Amino acid sequence: MAEVYLDNSATTRVWPEVPQLMESVYRDQYGNPSSLHKRGVVAEKVLDTSRQELAAAVGCHPHELFFTSGGTEANNWAVFGLAGVRKPRGKRIITTAVEHPSILVPLDVLAERGFEVIRLPVDWRGELEASRLAAALTPDTVLVTIMAVNNEVGAVQDWAALSPLVRERAPHAAVHVDAVQALAKLPLLCLEQADTVSFSAHKLHGPQGVGALYVREGTRIQPLIFGGEQERKLRAGTENVAGVAGFALAVRLCRERGQELMQLLHELYQGLSDIPGFGCNGPTPGAGAPHILNAYFEGIPRGEVLVHALASRGVYVSTGSACHSRRSRPSHVLSAMHRSGDALTGAVRFSLGAATTREEIRQAVAATAEAVAELRLHSGKGSRSGAAGYGALR
Amino acid sequence: MRRVYLDNAATTPVRAEVAELIHEYMVKHFGNPSSVHWFGREARRGLDRAREQVAGLIGAHPDEIVFTSGGTEADNLAIKGVAALKGIQGKHLITSAIEHHAIIHSTEQLERQGLQVTYLAVDEHGLVEPDHLAHALRPETILASVMLANNEVGTIQPIRELAALCRAKGVLFHTDAVQAAGQLDIDVKALDVDLMSISSHKLYGPKGIGALYIRKGCRVEPLAHGGGHERKRRAGTENLPGIVGFGLAAELSRQELPERREHLEALRDRLVQGILGGISHSRLNGHPQLRLPNNCNVSIEFVEGESMLLNLDLLGIAASSGSACTSGALEPSHVLLAMGLSHELAHGSLRFSLGRQNTAGDVDYVISTLPGIVARLREISPLHAGRE
Repeated sequence: MAEVYLDNSATTRVWPEVPQLMESVYRDQYGNPSSLHKRGVVAEKVLDTSRQELAAAVGCHPHELFFTSGGTEANNWAVFGLAGVRKPRGKRIITTAVEHPSILVPLDVLAERGFEVIRLPVDWRGELEASRLAAALTPDTVLVTIMAVNNEVGAVQDWAALSPLVRERAPHAAVHVDAVQALAKLPLLCLEQADTVSFSAHKLHGPQGVGALYVREGTRIQPLIFGGEQERKLRAGTENVAGVAGFALAVRLCRERGQELMQLLHELYQGLSDIPGFGCNGPTPGAGAPHILNAYFEGIPRGEVLVHALASRGVYVSTGSACHSRRSRPSHVLSAMHRSGDALTGAVRFSLGAATTREEIRQAVAATAEAVAELRLHSGKGSRSGAAGYGALR
Repeated sequence: MRRVYLDNAATTPVRAEVAELIHEYMVKHFGNPSSVHWFGREARRGLDRAREQVAGLIGAHPDEIVFTSGGTEADNLAIKGVAALKGIQGKHLITSAIEHHAIIHSTEQLERQGLQVTYLAVDEHGLVEPDHLAHALRPETILASVMLANNEVGTIQPIRELAALCRAKGVLFHTDAVQAAGQLDIDVKALDVDLMSISSHKLYGPKGIGALYIRKGCRVEPLAHGGGHERKRRAGTENLPGIVGFGLAAELSRQELPERREHLEALRDRLVQGILGGISHSRLNGHPQLRLPNNCNVSIEFVEGESMLLNLDLLGIAASSGSACTSGALEPSHVLLAMGLSHELAHGSLRFSLGRQNTAGDVDYVISTLPGIVARLREISPLHAGRE
């Protein structure tokens, strides 16, 4: 059976043209962009063109886009860099309980350094209610950081409703949006509402090891990495020219070739919902991001067992965030959504990519039905209550 | 036109086999090494092998290698990571006046937060005197950082001696080996250092990837948090294609080191002799013997380094006037000034840095081209008027 890769929220397969372009940069444009000679100038031109192209794609000015080593660095930089310069104004930081660890762990560090970090709860779909944010905002709030799309369940935050509250109630607060899972997936990237927005290339068929932070013109932010005049003195280090070029190309190809994933997600949902005991964590298709479906099946208490059973059938999914998959602790996202039982510990995440096909969705559904039935049989539950017993749970 | 790339200290061309391997990993083994499925496991195997290869280049254990986005991040991680754990207020750090800006800007940032920093002076060859370090050590010293070899003038420091002084006092020692790795035989155990930064794109690997050696038992606070990557020492999905490319480049560098060194030293000596013999009022910067095999840094009186660079570039020769990172700056090199050069001499400096791809023909092209450029520039130089 052909392999079906549905773990695109962990990382994606690059567009075939991306490594080709990067190889040509390695071969022909290998200079250091800071060098004054022709080799440097040629490399700098690659960097500039890529920056212009990406800026146009995300909707900002090229000089507002700063390249980093990835989404994690961009998030760390935003949190430490924005909070650091605002410390004299206040120490209150507001976030949600379902952010990526590259936001939550830096905030833990800031909490140790004396900041007051408020982690707002979310509703059962993983969404933050505007009234909760409104109640938490104070004039001495210095940073609000809320992700655009949750990486585990695909919940989309309503930034259009949230941002006016921040501007009104916490006028000195900087706003950061983690848009790692939103770029090339959602039409709007919250740049209007935010001071900084983070992006990553390898989530959209670009290379690993490159990302970017949008920093609105005039926003005060400290660097995370010091030591050179690259990136307008805000991010030191020789630029990853080939990676940046690959990033820009990947975004362009997503725009040119990207398909409407929502239809496929609907089909996946329809197919899985025919499996007895199926349940969905987070938004149902149409209400969230177009590429993520977090599912569980009653009577399957351990998600990693299902992940392995699917892998043996050539279908690759994950239990949640890849960053956590080597630990067995239940997901902080699902816990915050008040999920419990099999929905909490048995969850698996299907995440679609630009190359996902209808046939692959069909295969994934068939493999899941088979794997679920087999696991239930082994656990002894299936033999007694039978599949029909699970139908009632829906 | 002949094209000669002599700016290998700024960056090196990626070698073909490395570019091919990167391509293969991007297309075939694109998994996230943290994923538990087959794609992830395959990715992890590549990661593990690369870690062994990079460790092998400097005599480290693979567990002691933390991959970063490059040498600059590795330097930042070492300096700020130690300070964050050992304390900043009332504490003291020692470094040298000729470090890369990745070190100096990091220590300056910590100074603003209350850390005391001693910048050791260097002699006219760019050497740090071990006695100076011994005298600078205090009970509150948390770290000393001295680069293994300087990026501008190539001077190689007595790291083993400096590290031993620190070890005796229980002070951690870091060395920036970004320029030295791949050119010199490095053994972290013999040098007995706690931390060492290296970079891929200086040894024919890709940009955007580097590593920090962290001796077993030594701890640093991460710069980037969030995720269990790199044994919790550096968060973020691993740049796997970059890492395997770095691994192969490191492995090949280790294998080729003796011949590479011999090749580079022969070219360097030919270049130095050719320039000093062919151009009056020219001098070599850096140590005459204790210098990187690929580094030729010269000062040529009565001419501006940048003017020479532009003229060389027009003739197809890529060189630099110092570190690429500050090449846009009008300030003279902090390294040359620390070595006691006048502003005029510092402004008239050129750095030629050789690479494995260079030939004697490349060097002879420079030797035959540069004197004419210098002569023309001196004719129109007010500094030179009436000298000869």
